[in-house]
Formats: sequence, structure tokens, C-alpha cells
Amino acid sequence: MSIRHSLLALLQDQPRYGYQLRVEFESRTGATWPLNIGQVYTTLDRLERDALVTKEGDDGDGHVVYSITDAGKAEVNNWFAAPVERNNPPRNELAIKLALAVTLPGVDVQAIIQAQRAASMRALQDYTKARRDTTANQRAGDTAWLLVLDSLIFQTEAEVRWLDLCEARMVQQAQSAGPGQARKTSNGVTEDAAPLNADSRR
Amino acid sequence: MSVQGPQQVLELAKVSRTFGEGATAVAALRDVELTIKAGEFVAVMGPSGSGKSSLLALAGGLDRPTSGGVFVESTPLAGLGLNELARLRRRAVGYVFQDFNLVPTLTAAENVALPLELDGTAWKRARRQALDALRQVGIPELADRFMDQMSGGQQQRVAIARAVVGQRRLILADEPTGALDSTTGQGVMEVLRARADAGAAVMLVTHEARHAAWADRVVFLRDGRIVDQAAAMHDPAMLLAQAGL
Repeated sequence: MSIRHSLLALLQDQPRYGYQLRVEFESRTGATWPLNIGQVYTTLDRLERDALVTKEGDDGDGHVVYSITDAGKAEVNNWFAAPVERNNPPRNELAIKLALAVTLPGVDVQAIIQAQRAASMRALQDYTKARRDTTANQRAGDTAWLLVLDSLIFQTEAEVRWLDLCEARMVQQAQSAGPGQARKTSNGVTEDAAPLNADSRR
Repeated sequence: MSVQGPQQVLELAKVSRTFGEGATAVAALRDVELTIKAGEFVAVMGPSGSGKSSLLALAGGLDRPTSGGVFVESTPLAGLGLNELARLRRRAVGYVFQDFNLVPTLTAAENVALPLELDGTAWKRARRQALDALRQVGIPELADRFMDQMSGGQQQRVAIARAVVGQRRLILADEPTGALDSTTGQGVMEVLRARADAGAAVMLVTHEARHAAWADRVVFLRDGRIVDQAAAMHDPAMLLAQAGL
């Protein structure tokens, strides 16, 4: 997440001081990413150093108000215009864990998949409930929060579907393996001793 | 004999179902223990062949277990004759199927009223209850339409209305969104959720995680056994912290 660009975008809206920026950011993203006030001030210092914002002075209550410069506005426009860069390939701990699990002997891959699936389903249930509750009592500022929730729901659903696929592949592998290669997992399910790795590299 | 509270609408006690005999016997369900209370929405997930549909058929008295007991509102289904079972299915249990199973020559209201009329309810009273059920699923204005005048999502709402009409407190849904697009599918989940919130016990069989996520509890079946369950935490702050956000 780019705090730098998020703060710039809020300053393009209107001049604000540090605490206001934090409150505004959290209310617009549904408090999904809590911002540390220290992070806000450090970021403002850097933005000022890079001439993207300037101090407007005191608001009369001792708050230092910042406003965006023309260079800052250009930076915000570039940020909105450019697609978010994907880490290529994305570093996904779950994928790494499963890739290692299927290549190591004595690891119950199906148990790992199920543990993850149950955890992901719980998360999906909670996101879905949060979405339902928010929709039922929708206020003007909730649109941004609903977008964030939808994104989390889609990501989690994709994860569960991917886990289903991993499991289905393992079952296929186990069925095509000879009885000599098969072993029992803790769930009593017969599976190949080293599933996935041979076929998936074709 | 199992102990049951008044709130328990469905109980499966050590239920097994085997098809065939001897060396060719196939165990569809093995020692399944599952209870669903009034107001609870339970989703059953699992790969094809894991026993999901067998479970639903046993829960609704469409099939009988090889061993173990099925109780609907404390009534052991094993003790019922065919006529009593049929009557319990009409009065206590509502089904929703993937392909709706509606009668095309009847209107929405007539389809919904059908189980009540089969059960001896007078036409006027059945119609009144059918209209109430159609209101519950959000389509009271479509009461006098025929099936070919309705969209898939609207037909599925009629099917759900038929499943909840009268005093039925157990709703069994087998892939009810299978034939629908995702927005309409979500609408069906909203209706099932609302029925559970209003006090019905709902059991949904699905392979779609996004639909199962509407449930209070998700039960995972594999090879005829319940291997895991997931219940929502209802604590979004903790959840977001766990997600590393």
C-alpha cells in the first residue's frame, strides 16, 4: 500500500493537517489499514522534502496544515493512471508452503490443504457477514469500505477455489499411482507419496 | 436415544449409508453426526462423490440410513411409515433444488400453495399463506405469473417460497444457485439467510465457497465423513489483523 500516494490524494482534495489525514484515510478505507500517526508525519516530511507538498502554516489551533503542489498533483495523477504493479511472481506463502509440502516425504498435504481451507472459509464468512451488515445499514461513506470488502471476498474465494483444485489434482495423482507408491494420510485417505511434482512440470 | 433441546430442528446421529452389499458395497456416508438448530444456517461442502447429496436426502427423509438415526423436530424418521413420512415432508421440510422443480402449468402462487393443498389446507387459506411466502422472498407482485414468464432467479425465489410456506422450519437446498448467474445466486443466498434469521434451520449443499460463506457454519465432507467445520468469528477487527492488513 502506498501511504505516500494516499496522503497526496487526500491533500489534492483539500489542505489538511496530519491527524485529519489519518482520520480521513481510515474512514475512506473502512479502517482496514490502520495508519500510525508517526507514519503520517514521517511521510509528510518526505513529501515536503520532495517538493510535492508545502506547509501552509498554522490553522490557529496549533495544527500544521499541508497543501499539495503542482508537482504533487502530477504525482497523484500518475499514480491513479498507472496500474498497480504486480510482484512477479507474487510471493505467496501459501503457494510456497504447498509446493514444498508436495515434494517432501511424510507431509500430510491434504491436512494442510484442509486446515487452510477451513481458515479461509472462516475469513470468507466474516467478510461476507461484514458486507451484509454494512449493506443493511449503508451510510454515505460506506461505498469505499464495500469496495475493499468485495476485494477481500474475491481474493479469499479465489484462494479456496485454488485449494480445491490442488486437492482434486492430488486425488487424481493418487488414483493413477500404483499401490506400491501409495501411502495413507492421517485422514485415512490414500494418496501418492510425491504428488503434483511430476505432472505439473510437463 | 439422543438428548435434544427444543431448538434442535435436525439431528443426524451416527448416520451411515451404504449402497450395495459385500465386496461391492460403497459407503456414501460414515458415522455422520450433525445437528442444526432453529435459526442456524449450515453449509455442506465437499468434492463430488463426498456424500453431500446423500446427506441432504437422508435429512429430508427422501432416503433412509443403513445405520444411525435421523430426527426432524425430535421425531425419529425411522419410526414413521411411508404416509407419515410424506406428511412430515410436506409439513416440516422444504426443499430447494438446482432445477427448481416447479410445475409449469401453475402460477407462482399456485406452485407455492401446492404442498399445503395436498396436505388438506383449504384453497383460500393456502393462497393467503402462499402470498405471504412470496412476500418473504421479495416477489409478491409475481404471484399470478406462470413459470415461462419469469427469469431463472425469480423461479428460484418461487421454489424457496414453496420450501418455506406454512410452518416448515427446515429448509434443505441442493445447489440452488447452480443454474443462476452470480448476482442472482447472491439474491438466493440473501433469501435463505433471511429465512434462517427469521428462525428456520437451513442446510445448503454447495461447492461455491462464496455461497457457503453466507452460512453460520460450514461443514466439510470427504469420503462420506465430516472432516472439518468452520464457524464465522464475527469479529472483523481480529480478522483484519489476522489478514495482516
